[in-house]
Amino acid sequence: MLKKISKIPFSDTPEQAAKLDAVIAECAGDKSKLMHVMQVAQDIYGYLPFEIQKKIADGMGVDLEKVYGVATFYAQFALSPKGKYAISVCLGTACYVKGSQDVLDELSAQLGIEAEECTEDGTFSLSACRCIGACGLAPVMTVNDDVYGKITAKDVKGILAKYA
Amino acid sequence: MEKMLNIKINNMPCTVPYGTTVLEAARSVGIEIPTLCFLKDLNEIGACRFCVAEVKGARSLVAACVFPIERDGTEIFTNTEKIRASRRKTLELILSTHERKCLSCVRSGECELQKLCKEYGVEDEGVFDGFKPHYELDTSAAHMIRDNNKCILCRRCVAACKNQDINVIGANARGIDTHIGSAFELPLGSTSCVSCGQCIVSCPVGALYEKSAIKDVQKAIADPSKYVVVQAAPSIRATLGECFDMPVGTDVTGKLFAAMRRLGFDKVYDTNFGADLTIMEEANELLDRVKNGGVLPMITSCSPGWIKYCEHYYPDQLAHLSSCKSPQQMQGAIIKTYIAEKNGIDPKDIVSVSVMPCTAKKFEIGRDDQNASGYPDVDYVLTTRELGRMIKTAGIRFTELPDENPDAPLGQGTGAAVIFGASGGVMEAALRTAAEVITGKELEDVEFKDVRGMQGVKEASYDLAGLNVKVAIASGTKNAKILMDKVREGTADYTFIEIMCCPGGCINGGGQPVQPASVRNFTDLKSLRANALYENDKNRPQRKSHESEDIKQVYSEFLGAPNSHKAHELLHTSYVARPMFKK
Repeated sequence: MLKKISKIPFSDTPEQAAKLDAVIAECAGDKSKLMHVMQVAQDIYGYLPFEIQKKIADGMGVDLEKVYGVATFYAQFALSPKGKYAISVCLGTACYVKGSQDVLDELSAQLGIEAEECTEDGTFSLSACRCIGACGLAPVMTVNDDVYGKITAKDVKGILAKYA
Repeated sequence: MEKMLNIKINNMPCTVPYGTTVLEAARSVGIEIPTLCFLKDLNEIGACRFCVAEVKGARSLVAACVFPIERDGTEIFTNTEKIRASRRKTLELILSTHERKCLSCVRSGECELQKLCKEYGVEDEGVFDGFKPHYELDTSAAHMIRDNNKCILCRRCVAACKNQDINVIGANARGIDTHIGSAFELPLGSTSCVSCGQCIVSCPVGALYEKSAIKDVQKAIADPSKYVVVQAAPSIRATLGECFDMPVGTDVTGKLFAAMRRLGFDKVYDTNFGADLTIMEEANELLDRVKNGGVLPMITSCSPGWIKYCEHYYPDQLAHLSSCKSPQQMQGAIIKTYIAEKNGIDPKDIVSVSVMPCTAKKFEIGRDDQNASGYPDVDYVLTTRELGRMIKTAGIRFTELPDENPDAPLGQGTGAAVIFGASGGVMEAALRTAAEVITGKELEDVEFKDVRGMQGVKEASYDLAGLNVKVAIASGTKNAKILMDKVREGTADYTFIEIMCCPGGCINGGGQPVQPASVRNFTDLKSLRANALYENDKNRPQRKSHESEDIKQVYSEFLGAPNSHKAHELLHTSYVARPMFKK
């Protein structure tokens, strides 16, 4: 699936920047560590916006297109930030046959964003995930560490209300 | 001595050096193995699996383009049913996502994919049809269009961009979504692409092509109120014949001017004049910098791709660039001022067309400060390919044309101008003039052979009446980088540097005829084309720019002297720093 590029302006804290700078400094000169640096950056920021990929490219001495190519090749990298509440809907086989696509569609409609996007105020992000091992509760969605099982599209509004 | 191996290809015994690829070995005994992704020295990734061959004992089919022969007695087969079936299936799979609008495609008839489909008897191009991604055309760059619907993901364009060390395109996403694009899906026009067009001449299909000016030019020619003037760059005479299946390296100077005249241009000029004029201005600018402590080394400014590269990648070094406009723009400026005045034509009614080996020229005409008359110096740029198409559309049988001369007074060019089209040519032309100006004596031998050849970086030094002149030449932006890093460090002790954006210079420009991989991989295109120019130079009565009667006339009647106030106003320009990305 093509990754969505977030239009939300990027901002970071001096602590975050210092952390990334340290990793780049440690790995610069060894291009084989590019993915490691990208993984750390993703841990720090939750995603890899233009500014961060540019910083990594310059610091590691590789072209930005290369970094972007890697970021869009591997499913582990995101181009959209995680919200304060990260919602994940399981589209694994059991959840899917029990109607989790309807749940995802309803969330998408309620939040006004598509999967792999984040609301402009940064409150909610939405993603579709593979089996999380709770098939007995299918269909399942999670909001950060809260798990909601045996849900239907009708339950979505109530769940979202708890976090608004 | 290298170790020789006795092998068999299709049961025929033959001998090849150790390490020869199956592709090369087969070719050496007259067998062509078809390729798609492979470009020699550029894209040796063995990815498309089209060139498969059977090697006895190997567990599966091998990619002939990269499989080295390392054992004596190796038995190779290149034309078995297993191979033909594999190649056919590869084509069918490629076709499943390829936009099959062949009849209206710019590469129809010259498309490598189309040719292979015919050769392998693909019967149903839709046999594997399924999900087909759709892409918008990227028309953001001044010089070209990317149509990913036609892209077969061979990555030859990516390799060409990498060979230039520009790297603004690459493979994004994965699986069915894989596509060639720029970081963050930026349109090409928002990147530091230098417009060299090397990607276009590498593309096997119609996914990359120049923005055509053919319709605009045809419309101008048909408009009786317009005075349509054309100029053709030095290198066009060495390559246009390829559009008409003439051998690579055929000099078609006479037919080129005959063809342009028959297309209906009001005046047919030779950019050789602009090249000679460039030498006059540039050589004098160099002498002035040497005498008066100006910024050295001075670097040539003929190649708009190189200029754009310098503006993106070395914006802090722009003072090294000669302020001279390129030959195309100088000639355009003279056409709309001197020629307009001489013939009593309002420059607003002149349509100035150029035929160039170059796609960056399409970018150059839109730069600021390129309108000496108040109107653009050049209105439309046609690539060699576009001129070839126009000639075909007009029904002109090119190979049967007589030889004709360009029109005066911007038609007579010297041998010094002709060699502008090959890497080192501008340097040699400048040395011919500078040497005579400095020493005041006629050169015994006008050929400066040290600056010739297809090496990426060349150096030479000359003693001109006590003045030590150290020069360097680079072609291809990857090689330009080597020199520019030295310039930036302050360790480049050269007086004068020539840089051309494309590897080998204009004869290998991004606007030149596209040669398929089957030719490119086994022919030294650059040397053959360059030789045509050096031969042309040898046979000219005048071989030094300052000896051109046209040049003398334009200075005496119009410009005054080289680097005069008027020459500066009309023929010189300035540069701007450009960002790497426009977000």
